[in-house]
Amino acid sequence: MAKFKGATVVDTERCKGCNLCVVACPLDVLALTAKSVNQKGYPYAQEVKEDTCNGCASCATVCPDGCITVYRKKAE
Amino acid sequence: MTREEIIQPENLVYKKPALLNDVPMHYCPGCSHGMVHKLIAEIIEEMGMEEKTIGVCPVGCAVFAYKYVDIDWQEAAHGRAPAVATAVKRLWPNHLVFTYQGDGDLACIGTGETIHALNRGENIVVIFINNAIYGMTGGQMAPTTLIGQKTATCPYGREVKLHGWPLKITEIAATLDGTCYVTRQAVHNVAAIKKAKKAIRKAFENSLAGKGSSLVEIVSTCNSGWKLSPEKSNQWMEENMFNFYKLGDLKDE
Repeated sequence: MAKFKGATVVDTERCKGCNLCVVACPLDVLALTAKSVNQKGYPYAQEVKEDTCNGCASCATVCPDGCITVYRKKAE
Repeated sequence: MTREEIIQPENLVYKKPALLNDVPMHYCPGCSHGMVHKLIAEIIEEMGMEEKTIGVCPVGCAVFAYKYVDIDWQEAAHGRAPAVATAVKRLWPNHLVFTYQGDGDLACIGTGETIHALNRGENIVVIFINNAIYGMTGGQMAPTTLIGQKTATCPYGREVKLHGWPLKITEIAATLDGTCYVTRQAVHNVAAIKKAKKAIRKAFENSLAGKGSSLVEIVSTCNSGWKLSPEKSNQWMEENMFNFYKLGDLKDE
């Protein structure tokens, strides 16, 4: 089976910290920041597990504000 | 493989649709409205209808929808969106015309307009966001509020004897001869979102094909009004709303 490596880019200023992407991620890659907040005062989503994302885009699909961009590349 | 190697334009699998602009949405964190806006933007982009789509905004939380999706919009008075959409569609028969309404707008003050526009078989699409509460004004009881559900104006829960039964407007629409496609969807997880997207696209295509009016109800959450977190709201919706508002196609001709 072909393996994929993925990466997410979160628009942290647009993110409102609703946590839906964190719940949707099947590999628990994302989590909300514990201490830092964006300019609006919301905690924002970020990748906390390195090298785990497979680029399934579940997080970006459920994001109500369209903050997440997902990239996916086939691993050699 | 480094992160930089993965983040390249040729590896892109998902990004915010270009029609959904960069204006920050005023919706509460986790609100279903954002999700449905995104779906509408994606579908219009995929259909290549950017220049030929006219949306009609409601009064309610989605009153500012025109700020976020870069298509032509018309604002309507409270509940009168289907009447305005009728005029727009009759003047622009080749355009895709849809209304975007909440439950307070569509199922309460605008029940008459909605039912008559659907019954006339106008070639419009009505997108109905049903979150069982008046979100914008502070969480009052709506016609769609469930029995026993607590809101600001029924703090002990809705009672049949005092407030009557919740209104199933989608079931009513399915009995009308003017409608061609009536469906109820949700946007609480990835699978549901994909189904909802297909349903909205089908409704748009039916309206362009001149088959009649379509109603797409999206059972939604209002986490501020329900006083739950976005995640818990989705759970509450699955446990309570789906028992009463059953998902699926009610009419497909």
